[in-house]
Amino acid sequence: MDTLLEVENLAIRFRTAQGEAAAVSDVSFSLKRGETLAVVGESGSGKSVTSLALMRLLPKPPRCHVSGRIRLRGKDGALLDVLDLPEEAMRTVRGNNLAMVFQEPMTSLNPVRTIGAQITETIRLHRPMPPRAAEEEAARLLDLVGIPSPRQRLSAYPHQLSGGMRQRAMIAMALSCEPSVLIADEPTTALDVTIQAQILDLLRNLQQRTGMAVIFITHNLGVVAEIADRVMVMYSGRVVEQADVVPLFRTPLMPYTQGLLRSVPRLDLAGRRAGPLPAIRGNVPDPRRPPAGCAFHPRCDFFQPSRCDATPPTLDKTPDGREVRCLRWQDSLLMAGSGEALPPQRGPGAEPLA
Amino acid sequence: MSSTTESLPFTPEEAAPPRNTAWRRFRRHRLAMLGAAVIAVLVLGSVLGPFVIPYDETYIDILHRFAPPFAGPHVLGTDELGRDMLARLMMGGRISLAVAFTAMAISMVIGISVGAIAGYYGGVVGAALMRLVDAVLCFPTIFLLLALAALVQPGLGSITLLIAATAWMEVARIVEGQIRALRERDFAVAAEVLGASDRYIVFRELVPNAIAPIVVSATLNVAKAILLESYVSFLGYGIQPPVASWGNMLNNAQIYLTSAPWLAVMPGLFITLAVTSFNFLGDGLRDALDPRMDQP
Repeated sequence: MDTLLEVENLAIRFRTAQGEAAAVSDVSFSLKRGETLAVVGESGSGKSVTSLALMRLLPKPPRCHVSGRIRLRGKDGALLDVLDLPEEAMRTVRGNNLAMVFQEPMTSLNPVRTIGAQITETIRLHRPMPPRAAEEEAARLLDLVGIPSPRQRLSAYPHQLSGGMRQRAMIAMALSCEPSVLIADEPTTALDVTIQAQILDLLRNLQQRTGMAVIFITHNLGVVAEIADRVMVMYSGRVVEQADVVPLFRTPLMPYTQGLLRSVPRLDLAGRRAGPLPAIRGNVPDPRRPPAGCAFHPRCDFFQPSRCDATPPTLDKTPDGREVRCLRWQDSLLMAGSGEALPPQRGPGAEPLA
Repeated sequence: MSSTTESLPFTPEEAAPPRNTAWRRFRRHRLAMLGAAVIAVLVLGSVLGPFVIPYDETYIDILHRFAPPFAGPHVLGTDELGRDMLARLMMGGRISLAVAFTAMAISMVIGISVGAIAGYYGGVVGAALMRLVDAVLCFPTIFLLLALAALVQPGLGSITLLIAATAWMEVARIVEGQIRALRERDFAVAAEVLGASDRYIVFRELVPNAIAPIVVSATLNVAKAILLESYVSFLGYGIQPPVASWGNMLNNAQIYLTSAPWLAVMPGLFITLAVTSFNFLGDGLRDALDPRMDQP
């Protein structure tokens, strides 16, 4: 009953002019009431495509094929099969059960309509009520997301609000029908750092009040540490590691996660000029021509020739209930246990830089 | 078709500047202000004028045939039956302007709907609709109109519909291009994510963003419709006498061109005034609603 969303073996393939591209394969996760799942990965790792698949907003076949199973618990407790719902029912699910906030508050509000009109009509899409009552509700929502003098703001146009205010208004719109799952696709990326913190606070606050679950898509690990209960790291369309936030940050098992964590600028090294920020070399592989074996092996410092480039790793469960997709995760675990610093330099025989 | 989109004077981002700046720019456009004033006078004159002046437009004053303008009780003179020219011009204005505005409204509804559906759904539906637009555009408007007018019983309603039927294609093209660009924008996706229906997205979210080019094209369409109505009525397929329209007044006047030139000059002048005014207004709106024109 407590599980709101269950995704099993989600796979998404796009047909492109250059052939078929597997954007996402074999993604499974579940989400409980009140939980925040952070989905982390580089651009092109399949995070946003996954969220669009949850919303069923991907192009229709033959351009795009989605398989697997997405089950969502409706407000009445019944399980809905998102991928099998008729379009009409899906429209009710969007906004009502699943809502989404986007990265760019500058462009995700309609520039020619007032904030009030946009929120009011979103409310009325799912909850039939007289315009006056919907306006009251809109003002209440703006107040809820911390917009001062909400009644006046109802008649403001988006360009009259600051970026942070716009993102708050966007969140108010997304919350208007009390969705049980909110997908936030990099909602703070386009904002100032101070505003980012406010928005994160706001989301956490709202979550405590409403009990909704949040899927937080980001590549900012600082934000992840701040807000997530659980983290799912994606690489090249696959889940490569999934764990609770504390163990993941303490002992990342997959070399890709380790790389991501190392490439975060650290405030405690300020002024020491510790050399260039470590970055993961190379680029995300082309989904139309994925490398053999582990998709990450050409960029991996842990690469073992004729093993990592031959056998595709499976998603293993560790004894403490984490999930990791790496042939050498036991080694990582040992190394972490022996107190050794993060992984060694590139092993012999590693491929040259991409 | 892509060339249509590229040559549009508006990109969606620029389509809707804050209203007051647009109004300021519009006021700076002298010709457009003049056009707006002339249109206001013409409309008011046509609507209210007949109540004010003492003559009925069909009253035949056989004793004062061919009275020249500005001499005597008939301010703008009389025609070959002694009917008061001013009264006829005002009633003709009612007909001509009513036909033009109604035809514009109908062509806008058709054009916006076709363009929006084609632009939003794209694919086969969009291609089919836009090829239809291209096909209809291939006919020279005047001949299409005359051919249709010859087949249909002439009348106020039929002539309005005919003009609308030859004027919706350009709007459809404009709207199609705008909607196609707008539908990829985040706010359209955001609306979809929150469960909005296609119709809601198209007409509440997207079309309002394309309102600037639509308004301009509507204004220019009125000018075109006035001209078309005059054409058709002049050639005898449009509004039938004794009902006056600016076009059929010209038709009557041609045989008296040398003896009573005011019979032709007056309606001609009104047609010219109305058409140029609407064109100026359209130009002014185009400039006012296009922020790239905003110089400090």
